[in-house]
Amino acid sequence: MIARLLDGVPKRALILLGLLLAFLLVAPLFVGNYILSVLILVLYFAYTGQAWNVMMGFAGQLSLGHSLYVGLGAYTAAALYVHFGIGPWAGVWIAILISMAAGLVVGFLAFRFGIGGVYFALLTIAFAEFTRVGFDHFMWVNGSGGFFLPVAQYSVNDVLNLRGSPTMFYYILLGITVLAFIFCRWLLTGRIGYYWLAIREEPEAAQTLGINIFRCKMIAVAISSGMTALSGVFFAFYYNNLFPEQIFSMNRSIELILGPIIGGVGSLFGPILGAFVLTALAEVLNDIMVALGYELPGVKLLFYGFCLLIVVMWLPNGIWPPLRKWLRLGERL
Amino acid sequence: MPADLILTVAVQGILTGLVYGLMALGLSVIFGVVRVVNFAHGEMMTIASYAAIVAFGAWNIDPLISMIPIAVLLFALGYAMQTVLINPFINRPEHSQFILLAAVAIIMVNGLLIIFGPDARNVLVDYALDSIEVGPLLIDKVRVITAVLALVITAGLFAFFKLSRTGKAIRACADNHLGALVVGLNVKHLYALTFGIGSAIVGAAGAMMTLLIDTTPNIGPVFTLQAFVIVIIGGLGSMPGALLGGVLIGLSEAMSGLFFAPSAKTMFGVAILILVLLFRPQGLLGRKA
Repeated sequence: MIARLLDGVPKRALILLGLLLAFLLVAPLFVGNYILSVLILVLYFAYTGQAWNVMMGFAGQLSLGHSLYVGLGAYTAAALYVHFGIGPWAGVWIAILISMAAGLVVGFLAFRFGIGGVYFALLTIAFAEFTRVGFDHFMWVNGSGGFFLPVAQYSVNDVLNLRGSPTMFYYILLGITVLAFIFCRWLLTGRIGYYWLAIREEPEAAQTLGINIFRCKMIAVAISSGMTALSGVFFAFYYNNLFPEQIFSMNRSIELILGPIIGGVGSLFGPILGAFVLTALAEVLNDIMVALGYELPGVKLLFYGFCLLIVVMWLPNGIWPPLRKWLRLGERL
Repeated sequence: MPADLILTVAVQGILTGLVYGLMALGLSVIFGVVRVVNFAHGEMMTIASYAAIVAFGAWNIDPLISMIPIAVLLFALGYAMQTVLINPFINRPEHSQFILLAAVAIIMVNGLLIIFGPDARNVLVDYALDSIEVGPLLIDKVRVITAVLALVITAGLFAFFKLSRTGKAIRACADNHLGALVVGLNVKHLYALTFGIGSAIVGAAGAMMTLLIDTTPNIGPVFTLQAFVIVIIGGLGSMPGALLGGVLIGLSEAMSGLFFAPSAKTMFGVAILILVLLFRPQGLLGRKA
């Protein structure tokens, strides 16, 4: 399996990845709380972008409603913890199952009835919106008033209940992101990865070759929604508060997909690079605005909008593919 | 619940729905010809609404009058958007076009947010609270006026596409892109013209909307979704379909506000959308692809 994962990846790429990982592993020893919180945000977007990329980048299904799965994962784990005292490590599996079930419902309805392209994207938005309004009136989790977890004790790191310092969250998230990266590489080098590629590039030809398109797309949706649920669980326990209008919002869905789009849809390292670039730029911009005394709402998103516009117009494949060519890292990452 | 009340709310909902329909018509026209989904549709409507609010605040111009220059302004915006941004994307994959327009939408919403702030604004004309008595029903005057205007504009547009040479040329582009190129039509110009017309319609709708609802920058995405819901229910590319979809959504919003919570109204619209996508994906009045 190791051989399969490493196949076609040049040594220099592995060295660079190792250096990046080593840097991320020691970073909390050197950086302050602010940079650490930014790094957590980077990893959060990198992981969630990777999850979205399975559906769009690998299987070619554009979802603009991924906040649905973040929200379901977050609310499930949080409600289990608060109402029944079920810890996050047990709750996360239920959260993943519920998100997967939602993903499979959306996928089944869309793919069974031949809804594709733009209509599929709209259907994903519609389901996310539907759920958002539903949660606004779902009093078991306090509706639009917001659902709160007991605030974390920063002095004690209780890994079992995910209550602890940002450093603990950072390492957990780093672990998840690395595992997701390896998992996605494993998917792409396997049979299903090649099926997805065929479906993404030429669905009719894929069908002619006997690939069960419906089944492959369903697998993509299930994996993507399940992975996304995990970032929801993380979100819930890291931020300790959930509001339907925030977590299920369309803005959130768009924010999640910016990283992979700017980094490079369909590539493995693209979502990670995109998350780094975007978050770093946004924070720098934020600092500049604060320094200038303009603390206007909307500046950050306006900036995201322009980034997206520039990338989609002049770098339609994102910044990673040209960069990896320039660094001569092959085509497999 | 008294029957009068239910009937009043239903009629008001239908009248509002006609304006919704007009707004969505712009989207339908653009998709029907250019085959690009305008993901910034609601945001363009919000720009028009703010233009009407500014015109009213600064020079006391009634939105029903300012909607004419606003429609012209939005026409120019739409024409420019198609020429500069979208024409290079015509042969790109769908998701690329989608992301392009999503970016435009984000820029518009947040631009408006930075300029006007997050507070709700509206236009209070002196006849805002007048109502018309029809038998036992009391109907808001502004709703009647805007609904009639929506119908008139739709009729005018219908005539333009059926009768004028330009309208016929645009329909030719929609029916057969290659054929239109072969007979020497300037397809790029006609596409831009269509995007402009669709934008002008949503501009007129946006000006009228200031009389019916409060405007904030954040209603842009809501109305984009609303326009999609309406157009898909009615049938993408079908002009009567857009009006029918608008009326259905207006009615379902009014009824859900009356019988459930007003905040739940979008849920019903989306539920109708999901049902239509599943059982009649071409829309109620759409042609089978």
